[in-house]
Amino acid sequence: MAESGWARWIRRAVITALAVFTLVPLYVMVSSSVKPLRDVQGPFTAVPSTITLQPFVDMWRTVPLARYFVNSAVIALGAMVCSMVIAILAAYAVSRFRFRGRGTFLTSALATQMFPGILFLLPLFLIFVNLDRGFGLELFGSRVGMVITYLTFALPFSIWLLAGYFDAIPRELDEAALVDGTGPLGALFRVLLPAALPGVAAVAVYSFMTAWTEVLFASVLTTSETRTLAVGLRAYATQSNVYWNQVMAASLVVSVPVLLGFLLLQRALVQGLTAGAVKS
Amino acid sequence: MRSRKGVAALVAGLGLSLGLAGCGSGGGADQTTTLTYWASNQAASQEQDKQILQPELDKFRQRTGITVEVEVIPWSDLLNRILAATSSGEGPDVVNIGNTWSASLQATGAFTAFDDATLAKVGGRDRFLASSLASTGAVGQPPASVPVYGLSYGLFYNKKLFAEAGITAPPSTWDELVTVATALTKPDQQRWGLGILGSSYTENAHFAYLLGRQHGAELFDGDTPRFDSPQMVAAVRQYVDLLATHEVVNPSNAEYLNDVQILSDFAAGKTAMVMIQNNAVANLRTIGMPEADYGVVPIPMTDPLPAGGKRVNSHVAGVNLGVFANSDNPGGAMTFVEFLTSPEEQKILNHAFGTLPVVPDAYTDPAFQTPTIETFRSVLADTAEPLPMIPQEAQFETLIGAALKDLLARAASGQPVDDATIHDKLATANEQMKSAG
Amino acid sequence: MSTAADVGPRPARRRWSARALPYLILAPALVAELAVHIVPMLVGVFMSTLRLNQFSIRDWVNAPFVGLDNYVSVATLDSSVAAGLLRSFGVTVLFSVLAVLGEFLLGLAAAVALHRPFRGRAVLRTLFLVPFALPMFSSVITWMFMLQRDTGLVNTVLVDWLGLTDERPFWLVGQNSFVSLVVVAVWRTWPFAFLTITAGLQSIPTELYEAANVDGAGPWRRLFSITLPMLRPVNTVLLLVLFLWSFNDFNTPYLLFGQAAPAEAGLISLHIYQSSFVTWNFGLGSAMSVLMLLFLLVVTVGYLAVVNRRRDNG
Repeated sequence: MAESGWARWIRRAVITALAVFTLVPLYVMVSSSVKPLRDVQGPFTAVPSTITLQPFVDMWRTVPLARYFVNSAVIALGAMVCSMVIAILAAYAVSRFRFRGRGTFLTSALATQMFPGILFLLPLFLIFVNLDRGFGLELFGSRVGMVITYLTFALPFSIWLLAGYFDAIPRELDEAALVDGTGPLGALFRVLLPAALPGVAAVAVYSFMTAWTEVLFASVLTTSETRTLAVGLRAYATQSNVYWNQVMAASLVVSVPVLLGFLLLQRALVQGLTAGAVKS
Repeated sequence: MRSRKGVAALVAGLGLSLGLAGCGSGGGADQTTTLTYWASNQAASQEQDKQILQPELDKFRQRTGITVEVEVIPWSDLLNRILAATSSGEGPDVVNIGNTWSASLQATGAFTAFDDATLAKVGGRDRFLASSLASTGAVGQPPASVPVYGLSYGLFYNKKLFAEAGITAPPSTWDELVTVATALTKPDQQRWGLGILGSSYTENAHFAYLLGRQHGAELFDGDTPRFDSPQMVAAVRQYVDLLATHEVVNPSNAEYLNDVQILSDFAAGKTAMVMIQNNAVANLRTIGMPEADYGVVPIPMTDPLPAGGKRVNSHVAGVNLGVFANSDNPGGAMTFVEFLTSPEEQKILNHAFGTLPVVPDAYTDPAFQTPTIETFRSVLADTAEPLPMIPQEAQFETLIGAALKDLLARAASGQPVDDATIHDKLATANEQMKSAG
Repeated sequence: MSTAADVGPRPARRRWSARALPYLILAPALVAELAVHIVPMLVGVFMSTLRLNQFSIRDWVNAPFVGLDNYVSVATLDSSVAAGLLRSFGVTVLFSVLAVLGEFLLGLAAAVALHRPFRGRAVLRTLFLVPFALPMFSSVITWMFMLQRDTGLVNTVLVDWLGLTDERPFWLVGQNSFVSLVVVAVWRTWPFAFLTITAGLQSIPTELYEAANVDGAGPWRRLFSITLPMLRPVNTVLLLVLFLWSFNDFNTPYLLFGQAAPAEAGLISLHIYQSSFVTWNFGLGSAMSVLMLLFLLVVTVGYLAVVNRRRDNG
C-alpha cells in the first residue's frame, strides 16, 4: 500500500495539530506543578523561573490523596470488571440472537442515559438508605454501593458498543464454532471475544473511566472514608484558596497508573481480527 | 395516599430485585456516648480543620465521656449532604450550616428548634451576640440553629500604596472611597484602586443587599420580592459603576471567582483595596502579606445616606450549628453545642479559623483585641443586618448574584450599562423569584 | 413470531434452552439497570408531579400532589422562567452538535492517521488518550487556569506573543464563554471517539484496502467507500453516545464557570441542578428532566430510524 506524497503530509499535519492541541494543557499542568504557588498565581510563564518539587510533597498533606486513590482504584476496577462481564453477555445476546423484547431492551437501556443523572441521584440515595434500614445492606457510603452504581452507569453504552463491535465480526466465525459442537458460551468466549478484543479493550477503558471521573454521585454517596479521587481532588480548591500547583501535581501523579494501564491495553487495542482470520 | 405508599414500598423493596437477601438491621454503637458531627471547611484544608478540631473533641470526651466523630465536609458538598440527610432521616447529630441557609433548613422541620428552654441548655439567649443570633431562622420563630463562627465585611487597604500616593487616612465615605481608588488606579502600571469578585454570585448578592439597604430598599414585602425597585437599581448601579464609570476596578475582576484571586492581587500591590470578609486575614497570612502592611476599616457608606437608607455595611455572615431532630442523642448534641459556643472554645476555635467569636465574653481575650478584629467586631455587632431570613434565600442569592455577574461582565467588555439595563435584569430576577416561590 | 435464533442448526432437544439463553445472559444487565436506573428514574418521574421543596422534602412520599403543575410552569412561554429555559435549551442543542462534530472528526482523523504502523505510533496513541485519563476536575480546572484573562496562557499567546488583538478578550464570562465550553468539552472527550474508532478499524479486513488499491482508489475513496461504511455499526452508537453525553454535560460548565454560568454557556443541566440542589425545588427539576428525556427519546428514535433505513437501503 503505497502512500502518495500529499497524503503523507496531510497525515503528518493532522498528527502534529492534534499532538499540539493535546500537549499544550498537559504542558501547563506539568509546568505549574513544579512552580511555587505564588508564581502559579502570577502571569503565565512558559518556563518556570523557580522549579520546586514541594507541591509533590505537600499534596499528600493537604488532602488524604493516598486514601482517595485507593478508593478510586478499587471502585473503578470493581465497576469495570463487573460491568464488562455483564455487558459482554448482554451484547452477545443482542448481537447474535433475535428474541422478543430485544428492541425494548436496547431502547430502554439507551433511555437510561437520557435522564439527567442529577435527578436520580436523590431517588438512588433514598433507595440505598432504605435498603440499609430494611435489610442491613450497607450501600450508602460504601465501596460496594459505588461499584453497583458505576457499573450500571457504564452498562448501556458498553452493551451498545460491544454489540456494534460483535456485529462487525462475520457471523461465519462463531457459527463455524457452533457447527463444530461448541456451546454458545464457548463460541462467545473462545471465538467471538478474541476476535473483538480491540472493542472489548475500548469498552473496558470506557467503563473504567466512567467510574474514575464521576463527581456528582460520589460527592453525595460517599463519606470521608470512601471518598473517591474525582471528588477528593476538589479539596485542593477551598472557598478561599486554590492550590493550583498541588492540584496539578496530584492529577499527574494519580494519572500515571491509569496511563500505564492504557499502555498495557494498547496491545489488545490493535490486535484482533487480522486478514485471513476468517476461517470460512 | 395508598399509591404513594406503594412507591415507598417499591423503593424499599428494591432489595428483592437486586436479588440480595436481607439480614435485619444492624445495631448501632452505644447511642448516649457517641455523636456524629459534620464540620464545614473553615481552615486552609480539610485536613487542617481536623487537626484543629481533634484536640477540642478529645477535651470534650474527657469532660463528658461522649465521643464525637467528626467529618469535615467541603462547602461544595455540604448542602447536598444535608439534603440527603433530611430526605432520608439518616444524618449526623450536629452539623455546621452557612447561617444564610437557616430559614431554608428551618422550613424542612428536620432541625431541632431552639426555643427558650432549649436555648437555656446551650447557655441562654444572652450568651450570643444579638446580631449573629438574628441570623438563625425566620423572624418570629424560635431559631433553628445557633451561631458558632462570626464573619463580617471590611475594607482592606494597602498602607504602602496609600503612603506613596500621599493619602493619610483611609476613606470614610463612599465618595472618598471612589476618590482614593481613582487616585490609586494606574492601568498602565497594572494597578487598580479596588478589587471585586465579579463572578462570585454570593459576593455579588451580598453587595447588592447591603448597598440596597443603604438606599432604603426593602427586598421583600412579606413574601413578595421587590428586586426591581428604584432603590435597588440605584444600589446595583453604585456597585457596577466602580467598574463601568469610575473604572477603578480591573475589568478582569469580572471573571474572578475565588477570594485568593483578589487577595493575591492585593498582596502583590496590584490592587490597593479590597472589600472582603474577615477570614481574609488568615488567607493573607498564607499568601505572605504581613498584617502590618495593611489596615482594615468598615466599608464606607454614602454620606448622607439616601432617604430611608439604613446604616448597613455588611450582612451578618458566619456559620451556625444545627441539631438534627432525629438525633439518637439529643441531650449529648446539646451538650456539644454548649461546649462549642462556650467562651473558652470560642476563643480557641475562632482564633484558629480566623473568624469572630459569636459570644461577647470571648472578646476579653487579648488575641481578639487587635484593631483589625475590633473593626470587624463592631461591624458585626452594630452595622450588620442578616440577609432575608426566608425559606427561598438561596433563590434570592442565586438570582441577584447572577444578574450582577452578567452586568459586571457587560461593563467589563465595554458594553454600556445604564439604569434601563439594570432594571431589566432585576425585573427578570424578580419575575423568576416570584414564579419559583 | 419469536424465531428462536439464527444460531445455526442444532438438535431439537436443545431448542428450549436456546430460546431461554438470550434472556438468561441478559438478566444480570436487566437487574442492574432496573435497580440503579429504571426504578430511580420512575421515582424521578413521580417526583415531577409533587410540590417537592424544603417544606415537603423530609416526608417526601407524602408531598402534595400537584399533577402537571410543574410542567405547566416550565412550559408557560410568556414567563421569564420559560424564556430562560428556552434559551438554555437552544444553547444546549448548539453546544451538543458542535461538541459531537468536533469530537467525532478529531477522533476519526487521529484514528485514520495512526492506522498505518510507524515508529512512535504507540507513544502517540497513549498521548492522545491522556486527556481522557485525567480526572475531570483536573482537566477542567487546567483549562480554567489557561483561560483567565490576565494570567492565562491563551491570552498570553494570542495577545502578548502573537499580538492578534490589542484588547485582552474574556473567555470565562460573556459571549466567548460558549467557545471555551465547546473547546474544553472537545478536548476532554475526543480521545474517547479516537479510542472507539481505532478499535473499530481493527476489524476491517486489510484485503478490502488491498483490493481497492489494485483498483487505484485514492485515500479519500478508501475512506468513504471502505472505512466509513465498515465503521458504521460502531459510529452509529458512538455519535449517539457523544450526543447524549454532551446534552447531559453538567460537570464541564459547572467546574469551568462556577455555580452561576454565563447565560451564553448555561446548559440545561445547570438549570436542573439549580432548581433541584440549590433552591430545592425538586418537582420543577424533575419536570424539566422528564421533558428533556422525552426530547432526547424522540431525537434518538428518529436518529436510529434514519440510520437503520439507510443501512437497509444500502
